[in-house]
Amino acid sequence: MANVIEVEGVSKKFKIHHERHQSLKERLLHPRSGTTEVFDALSDINFTVGEGETLGIVGHNGSGKSTLLKCICGVLKPTTGEIRLRGSLAALLELGAGFQTELSGRDNVYLYGAMLGFSRKMVDGIFDDVVAFSEIEQFIDTQVKFYSSGMYVRLAFAVAVNVDPDILVVDEVLAVGDERFQAKCVDRIRRFQQEGRTILLVTHNADQVRALCDRAIVLNSGDMIADGPTRDSLRIFREQLMEDAVEHDPAHLLGTVRIESVSTPSGSFEVKSGAGLHLDVSVVSQGAYSGNFVMELFTHNGLLVSRSDAQGAPVNLLPGHNRVTIDLGQVPLLDGVYGLNVGIVDPRGNNVIAWSERAATIQVTYDGREGGIVELGATIQQQ
Amino acid sequence: MSDAPLAGQRSRSLEDTPVRVVSARLALPQRLANLWSRRELLLGLITSDIRIKYKNSTLGLFWSMVSPAITLGVYFLVFGLFLKNGYPNFVIYLFSGLIVWNLFQNSINTATGVIVDRAALVKKVSFPREILALSNVGAAVVYFVVQLFVLVIFVSAVGHAPAWKFILILPISFLSLYLFTCALAVVMSAVNVYLRDMKHLMEVLLQLWFWLTPIVYSYSHAIAPFLQRHGITWVYFLNPVTLIVMTFQRVFYVNAIVHSTIAPHPIIEVLPTWSFDKFLILNAALLGFAIVAIFVGEAIFGRLEGDFESVL
Repeated sequence: MANVIEVEGVSKKFKIHHERHQSLKERLLHPRSGTTEVFDALSDINFTVGEGETLGIVGHNGSGKSTLLKCICGVLKPTTGEIRLRGSLAALLELGAGFQTELSGRDNVYLYGAMLGFSRKMVDGIFDDVVAFSEIEQFIDTQVKFYSSGMYVRLAFAVAVNVDPDILVVDEVLAVGDERFQAKCVDRIRRFQQEGRTILLVTHNADQVRALCDRAIVLNSGDMIADGPTRDSLRIFREQLMEDAVEHDPAHLLGTVRIESVSTPSGSFEVKSGAGLHLDVSVVSQGAYSGNFVMELFTHNGLLVSRSDAQGAPVNLLPGHNRVTIDLGQVPLLDGVYGLNVGIVDPRGNNVIAWSERAATIQVTYDGREGGIVELGATIQQQ
Repeated sequence: MSDAPLAGQRSRSLEDTPVRVVSARLALPQRLANLWSRRELLLGLITSDIRIKYKNSTLGLFWSMVSPAITLGVYFLVFGLFLKNGYPNFVIYLFSGLIVWNLFQNSINTATGVIVDRAALVKKVSFPREILALSNVGAAVVYFVVQLFVLVIFVSAVGHAPAWKFILILPISFLSLYLFTCALAVVMSAVNVYLRDMKHLMEVLLQLWFWLTPIVYSYSHAIAPFLQRHGITWVYFLNPVTLIVMTFQRVFYVNAIVHSTIAPHPIIEVLPTWSFDKFLILNAALLGFAIVAIFVGEAIFGRLEGDFESVL
């Protein structure tokens, strides 16, 4: 497998000019006025992405993930280091940025295709697919300035995903558009995965990364703090969020509560579908604290099955060791391995006080005939 | 999902695909190779430029022919009937220089502001930025071709045969013009990002430049004696457009020495009486200079473009 993306020692510094004098007169009058601040958006990032991999890039706002993405796409040039790319790249970011509003949809499809680096002949070949996908057949020869914003985005998206890119870059676009559009995006990404294309997904939404990526890197104020399997990277991401939260924590609650372990009375996390499961969570607290207890259950490929809390009733923790029990009266899940996250959330600000990612792995066995995740117990009869 | 058919599996492996590099400084050959690989985009931008200009007009590109034809007609009337300066067929002399100048001026005027004007695009889509400036030059070349066509029609209509032999030099001359214009356009488009006055300054400078080029006057007749007296002829020829304009005039106006149309019909030297070889050598030298200029221009652009995002 060839490496499709190689990022080597990439740093990006932005100069922030205060009081910039851009006209000649002002420059002559104030030769030295204005200060320049240098801001490190990225420092020494190194990673490689192999063919067919789906890599998630996570980080909270301002962590440098969009800068990194723009460098990979070639919109920004890194200050030092270099990025080597193999194959064509299409980016689902800033959809429709290259559109000329005076031109028709048809002309723009070709122009946008050329901007992404695809030949006219190639665009000819996919033109009908693009139009069908964008669902604006009857307006394709209308000037783009008369399009609604939805039509605009759909057309741009249709070009980007139909031009047969080797590398697809997706930036937060899944956060815009209506639900149907989002579903279409996810659908396309999954298909690209099956086709063995390389995908970069940039987001601060951990659920999306869990659902789509096998590997993730985590950025924090321009540094890469994790690169590994999604599960491990996301744990580091959460921990980083917690650490950041500690700094902005007025009540100094964080770090005072810790989830120590999750266990079962029998010591086994295997359960038969339909049977009950009893979990013991051991929590260590430094002081008395009352907060909400939250649990999340995931399938092995990251789909959230359920998120529940203590029905609004807080758990009252005492200094020292505390025991919290989770009773799953009946586990209606089908065959599979499920991951469990548990945490304690501050009831006022919804801040996470303590969190344990993958605190336990639950194995469910099922010998019925249903397929999927959950047993509905459907009865099908002819009347 | 796992039991989905593998029909979509890609057969192509990327092992042998060439590697593209994104880094702060790309070597000049790499930059030029990138430019060449995006020639379709250049073509697309030129066509869209022209389309937008004539969008919603019924006659479309025909207008770009009508307007120089009318200009030519007006000059014909004005200089043929009222402002007689003694040069026979002066309108051919004027127009053959003017089409060269129009290409140069239109290119530089539009290209200087283009990166600032298209900042939204520059900040969001990846492509060699100088293509924007080059597309302005490209559009000007299209209008140039149309104007040349009008000139050729006019010249044949009045039965004025061109200097056939000198036509051989025309491609060299045109290539020099194209490359030099590209070089200046590319540099100016980048400089204007940092010094926004450049756009206005260039408009003024181009007016001055126009009068430093022998388009509406004759170099040999009007200013050569003055320049020679002061020994500054070489300064005048530092302007690369001068030689190109003269070559076009030599081809279409043909006669270097003519009888004035005004009594007592003295002999005037309108164009330098250089031989074919001299025109050829000078134009070849200018082409060499233009090639160097395009390399230097590209290198300057490469230096300047790295910091675009901090000021755009």
